[in-house]
Amino acid sequence: MNGIGVFVCHCGSNIAATVDVKKVVEMAKLEPGVVHAEEYQYMCSEAGQERIAKAIREKKLSGIVVCSCSPRMHETTFRKCAEKAGLNPYMVEIANLREQCSWVHKDINEGTEKAVILTRAAIAKVSLNTSLYAGESGVTKRALVIGGGIAGIQTALDIADAGYEVDIVEKTPSIGGKMAQLDKTFPTLDCSACILTPKMVDAAAHEKINIYSYSEVEKVSGFVGDFTVDIRKKARYVNMDKCTGCGACMEKCPSKKALSEFNSGLSTRPAIYTPFAQAIPNVPVIDPSQCLKLKNDKCGLCERVCQAGAIDYKQEDEIVTRKYGAIVVATGFEVIKLDNYDEYAYSQSKDVITSLELERIMNAAGPTKGHLERLSDGKAPKNIVFIQCVGSRCADGKGKSYCSKICCMYTAKHAILIRDKYPDVNVTVFYIDVRTPGKNFDEFYRRAVEEYGVNYVKGQVGKVTPEPNGKLTVHGVDLLDNKQLKVEADMVVLAAAIEPSPEVRNIATMLTASIDTNNFITEAHPKLRPVESPTAGVFLSGICQGPKDIPETVSQAGAAAVKVIGLLAKDKLLTNPCTAKADELLCNGCSACFNVCPYGAISYEDKLINDHGVRETRRVAVVNNALCQGCGACTVTCPSGAMDLQGFSNRQIIAEVDAICR
Amino acid sequence: MQRLIDRMKELLADGTVQRVLGWKQGDLGYNPEPHYFNSAEELDEFIYDGFCGANLSKYMIKGSELEGKTLVLLKPCDTYSFNQLIKEHRVDREKAYIIGVGCKGKLDIEKIKAQGIKGITAVKGAEISGDCDELTVETVYGEKKVAYKDAMLERCHVCKGKEHKIYDELLLDSVDTCDGDRFECVDELDSLTPEEKFNFFRKELSKCIRCNACRNVCPACSCRKCVFDSNKFDSAQKANVDPFEESMFHIIRAFHVAGRCTDCGECSRVCPQGIPLHLFNRKFIKDINEFYGEFIAGEDAETKGPLTDFTLDDIEPGERR
Repeated sequence: MNGIGVFVCHCGSNIAATVDVKKVVEMAKLEPGVVHAEEYQYMCSEAGQERIAKAIREKKLSGIVVCSCSPRMHETTFRKCAEKAGLNPYMVEIANLREQCSWVHKDINEGTEKAVILTRAAIAKVSLNTSLYAGESGVTKRALVIGGGIAGIQTALDIADAGYEVDIVEKTPSIGGKMAQLDKTFPTLDCSACILTPKMVDAAAHEKINIYSYSEVEKVSGFVGDFTVDIRKKARYVNMDKCTGCGACMEKCPSKKALSEFNSGLSTRPAIYTPFAQAIPNVPVIDPSQCLKLKNDKCGLCERVCQAGAIDYKQEDEIVTRKYGAIVVATGFEVIKLDNYDEYAYSQSKDVITSLELERIMNAAGPTKGHLERLSDGKAPKNIVFIQCVGSRCADGKGKSYCSKICCMYTAKHAILIRDKYPDVNVTVFYIDVRTPGKNFDEFYRRAVEEYGVNYVKGQVGKVTPEPNGKLTVHGVDLLDNKQLKVEADMVVLAAAIEPSPEVRNIATMLTASIDTNNFITEAHPKLRPVESPTAGVFLSGICQGPKDIPETVSQAGAAAVKVIGLLAKDKLLTNPCTAKADELLCNGCSACFNVCPYGAISYEDKLINDHGVRETRRVAVVNNALCQGCGACTVTCPSGAMDLQGFSNRQIIAEVDAICR
Repeated sequence: MQRLIDRMKELLADGTVQRVLGWKQGDLGYNPEPHYFNSAEELDEFIYDGFCGANLSKYMIKGSELEGKTLVLLKPCDTYSFNQLIKEHRVDREKAYIIGVGCKGKLDIEKIKAQGIKGITAVKGAEISGDCDELTVETVYGEKKVAYKDAMLERCHVCKGKEHKIYDELLLDSVDTCDGDRFECVDELDSLTPEEKFNFFRKELSKCIRCNACRNVCPACSCRKCVFDSNKFDSAQKANVDPFEESMFHIIRAFHVAGRCTDCGECSRVCPQGIPLHLFNRKFIKDINEFYGEFIAGEDAETKGPLTDFTLDDIEPGERR
């Protein structure tokens, strides 16, 4: 016999202002099976929960509906409350009267009408709920961090310091990421390498950290606490155990035409190389597209000069399979391609560069040894123009809709550094807005304007034209003066937008982590769970989740580590009992569910079935409850309706629809 | 056809197969029906002519559960359905010995009647061994001549091709009958306004008497227990609020077979009310082709259907191609 209780929350004035909660209670009492209904100011408070528990005990309720905020907010709270009062936690349904009702309605009549309907739907569903029981699964006490930039390094260090094993998988030959390419860091102007390289060394030396450099994640299966990952260790052609890092091979290599990735293509490197001097591991790799030996079996010089006998031209890719309890994505960013922005003449003039290229030019270890010079003729520039928001905040679909967040600050940094070192150079910055939210950020920007005399012009640049005399003309507009400007420049620096690394799509797919239209990985909750992906056991660190500067990245990396540690510290995890289940009598064994299951949770068995007295062996689907995440893809694919999701059965959903349409 | 009968008897005699799944002469001379022939003697009633439109692949679901191998006759278009059933594990390839039979286009008695011919007693010229140019229709009012092409099923005018996609051996010749574009009818529908479309389907589907013939003949409708018959779902006993609700049967069925329908056209062939049910399936097939690239269900028995597969290039919601 059903005995349903309905508890309507005011959420202060959040719900009560646009929903007549008393009316909702009155209407709920009229629904079949409802034996108790009440309202209260804050149901989630201790007093509110006590009211629920009391009603469950005294009226022997078989199910409850809490009309409150989104289930993502407090479903767990109310489930725990019900469990304490002796009710199965899965006999709780939430009617979302806040996010889906009061917050989106202004008129109290409309809001109340919808609230009543939503409550009715939840009552219809809960009357078909069944008690469900969570199972248990174990936890592999090891974490995987994908990406070895500052985000990945920091996350790995924090996890390792808590005593857990961590593997870092980095696709390039060295960890360090984009931060290793930077010259100075805002707003304190400390040298990027000076603060990063000690962390790289710490990571490499840490007994709990294992680095797979020049490696990529190939395949992921399993679930929270028990992931199985295939890692492809790309052939380095250098034996990591034998190499001493002496560098003789790199000096002698005759193939020196490849563009250096580390120097943003502004210099060349040999076919056998480490990306930069402080690379970790300090073991070179051979680029097979450049190596004369690997290409046409000539040369072999590096093998001859290597004292350690570490060169191995026959090395092949190796697949390592490991188990992890948690996975952190820290895949970072790339600067966008500027093909859509030909008006800025990036492809036409060597003196139009991106900010990341300027970082390399300004860096003492860079292609110009830190001398500010034009790449076309090596002359010192006298006038430099910075153009902001190239591809950021684009409404027209040409670039990115979002703000890349870091450009205002690094441009102020570049302007200060240039004016400090070369006071005779004029610096002009074209901007849409200058955004400086962050500790000591606005002070930093004001120093650029007030102390260093950087000329900030509010307005956008229409085009940059290379002139026959080698100079560049910047055609812009000054919005504050309301006039068109033509500025002569020796060098133009584009603050190109940043975007998530292209491989993140692939990785997100492997991890079944969702990504947004800009390829940023979606967090489980934008405010309350910013470092977790909606897929249990997958965490986010750094720019893969959204544009961030270094201080923010490091804080988020630490936060992700804490979440991982919290997970690895557990010995057992409760599994979600809302999993799919096949009705053997209806199953055709057609494999449709198997084909759509993103978690590999479905397999088939030839089973002896007793179908109302007819005994026969049939091929039927079997769901692995530990792997199933309850996404429901199988239930909508199954043509015979044999697949059903426990807690969200087809019957329950139809009952909700019927209740709404009544 | 004698060659075919001789070969079938041979395979029965040497024990390769235990029975033959073919067509048996019906009571009207133009309505042969699917039949399991368990002995060589029974084969005297066997027929294969222009009226043998029935797709036998679905009957192999039962055939797969029988002892030993069953010889099944499949026309080129039937082989697509057979492949699809293999893919869905509903038929057992090992239990079938497939003779791919040639096809010169299949006939629709309704098309002959539609030409004003009444009182039909027999139709001559539909033999597979003939040239299939002209039919002689014997009626109680005398003989009438009808061009073979004018009596062909719609599906044969837009035939996918006369190549068998799966077989153990081939017998009898085919004739190419395709002279139309199978998606032309969809383009016509797409050019209507939503209201016109709705009225069109409302009118067509209002003829439905829910005899379930379309579902029962459909090789994609191979569920052990159809959702419309199952007590587990409220749809089985639901009373209609609006008479058009009954038509949801066809719309739901079209969704259930989407991506699996081989466009064999059996639904339209068997509908006693002449509802052009294939239009639903064609629309789905055309959409799938546009969204996910050309896909022909049943072309082989391995490729995953686009609706039960995921690739990174898949179309995103709201995106148009």
